[in-house]
Amino acid sequence: MSLQLHNVKKSYREPDGNILPVLNVESFALDQGEQVVLVGESGGGKTTLLNAISGITTVDSGEVIVDGVDLTRLPEAGRDRFRAERIGIVFQTFNLLPAFSALENVLLGMTFAGRADRDFARTLLERVGLGKRLSHRPPQLSVGEQQRVAVARALANRPRLMLADEPTASVDLANQNTILSLIRETCSEHGVSLLMVTHSHDVADQFDRVEQLANFNKPEVHA
Amino acid sequence: MNLLTIAIKSIRQRLLASSLTGLSVALGVALMVAVLVINGVIGRMFSQSGSGYDLIIGPKGSDLQLVLSSIYRVSPPIENLPWRFYTQIRERRDIEHAIPIALGDTTEEGGFPIVGTIPQYFGVEYAHGRKFLVKGDFLQGTWDAVIGAEVARKNGWDVGSKFRMIHGGQDDHVHDEQFTVRGILKRTGTPNDRSVFVHLDGFFQIDGHGKPLEEAINREADFFGVSPETVREWYGDDLAHAEEEEADGHDHDHAHDHEVLDAQKEVTSILVVMKTRNNNPLTRTTGSLMLKNELKEGFQAQGVNPIEVMRRLMDNLVGNVRLALLYLTGLIIAVSGIGIFVSIYNSMADRKREIAIMRALGARRQTVFSVILAESILLCLGGGLFGLLLGHGLVFAAAPLVEARSGLLIDPFAFEPIELVLFPVLIVLASLIGFLPGLTAYRTDVADALSN
Repeated sequence: MSLQLHNVKKSYREPDGNILPVLNVESFALDQGEQVVLVGESGGGKTTLLNAISGITTVDSGEVIVDGVDLTRLPEAGRDRFRAERIGIVFQTFNLLPAFSALENVLLGMTFAGRADRDFARTLLERVGLGKRLSHRPPQLSVGEQQRVAVARALANRPRLMLADEPTASVDLANQNTILSLIRETCSEHGVSLLMVTHSHDVADQFDRVEQLANFNKPEVHA
Repeated sequence: MNLLTIAIKSIRQRLLASSLTGLSVALGVALMVAVLVINGVIGRMFSQSGSGYDLIIGPKGSDLQLVLSSIYRVSPPIENLPWRFYTQIRERRDIEHAIPIALGDTTEEGGFPIVGTIPQYFGVEYAHGRKFLVKGDFLQGTWDAVIGAEVARKNGWDVGSKFRMIHGGQDDHVHDEQFTVRGILKRTGTPNDRSVFVHLDGFFQIDGHGKPLEEAINREADFFGVSPETVREWYGDDLAHAEEEEADGHDHDHAHDHEVLDAQKEVTSILVVMKTRNNNPLTRTTGSLMLKNELKEGFQAQGVNPIEVMRRLMDNLVGNVRLALLYLTGLIIAVSGIGIFVSIYNSMADRKREIAIMRALGARRQTVFSVILAESILLCLGGGLFGLLLGHGLVFAAAPLVEARSGLLIDPFAFEPIELVLFPVLIVLASLIGFLPGLTAYRTDVADALSN
């Protein structure tokens, strides 16, 4: 199994003191190499779920097991390290660092995992079609190109699981399919499991396994 | 790619703000470097100028005035010493060199101080290990002069130039006698560069420099604490000879050499180098201390160690000014530091997302903290390094101006070892500055910053 969630609960305390439940996932699993799309409305807890899976956010209870490791048992530094080494993330807004070139953005993730491999970074960028744009900085790249850099960066540390948060939401229709295909193809090529969240049914239609977040996430106030 | 590269990239991303904050540190450091270098040069100059001599012997009075007039030629002389006293000092067995100097007059052109002295003056090192070098010759004949490099430059004099001098005092009388420049000293970086040395024999022979006989005898009697008759006995033969010449109607023609009685001669002070015994340089110090104490007990003379006096002056007056300047420049650097703090701290709001991205990519809290700290250190060190170059550039540019105005020689490449302390200080300062913004980075809520 690439990902297993058991009784994962997460809630936030609102400014008025009320408790706002966001996640309540009894069970969810993803096989190694499997590609799943998670469909849900805005505010449905999609991003919180991805943050919990990546270890960015801690959960209130339950187990978040990625590649056999229960992240809820790791200290923060351990989760950071684990995320750097085994989880790739593609954000909706790309989140590239504007001061760094395309190559450096890819290398950045490798640096935090302690294994910067310039050749592999270059290979990845060539794979996403940016072989001739290595030294371009994000502002010098088109929106589609920026998202390709983000895909290459997510694969930089040879992760076991890729999390993609609405990766096509910020690109035009022409680029949407290209990016989607690229993510799916590269994940397949590298044997990486893919969990993509989206609210777009057009995107969801391209996946074999489509999960409605509302079907397994039933937030409720809990102790 | 490492943390340093990431920090450099972040600095480059805010190039204008980074440059301005770095520049403020650079200006502070440049000022401090310039103050340190110039202060060092002045300090060395004051301690070196007189370091060739163990003692300066002059009439009793202010020891500082004696040093300032004899070595630095910036103060009027106290009074004079009888020639007989000089010969007694010269003949002491514990003294290597006793060089008389007579001061008070200035050149007609340029107003440079005249130093009447003997050729031996140029045989003594003017500073430790530094000997006088001359273009032309040192003093030989009675009407010879050797001039300092600055005098030659300002007055446009060369070997063979002739000049007259103005009598010291209130009458501004220009002496008729002319001296001829025989040599020009190579630059020494000391007041010698601004001095004109004339042969003491010539100096004495100038009309008005020899004391009237009766006055001279009475003053010498006062000096040694004896009766005028005793002084007359000392100079018995000379006085008889002079009276004979007077009776013959000898006319004092200033254009030729003539004898001046020893009784009429006076010197302003005596520059003394003690003998070294058993190759032990300490014997010079102990010898000069003994002579100084001896002088303290008798006559009307004093012996002062020029370095001791100048060090006291430096500590009490110049030292305080230096300290004030150092405090001021330190304050400038501190203000620059606050500028860097404000700049980095203000940028943190914009950078929260950037930090969150790094954290999402796996950077630990300590890593982002280190990146911010590295930025602060790089800005401080970069500014400091630029300031160091700027400061030395300032000294380089100011050196000829200072030299032209004061005669003070400043090595444009002078380096003060204390400058090296600046860098550890800057690193500590940068660490303090970067701590709070670093902490902000450390505490950044990744999920929150990414969702914003």
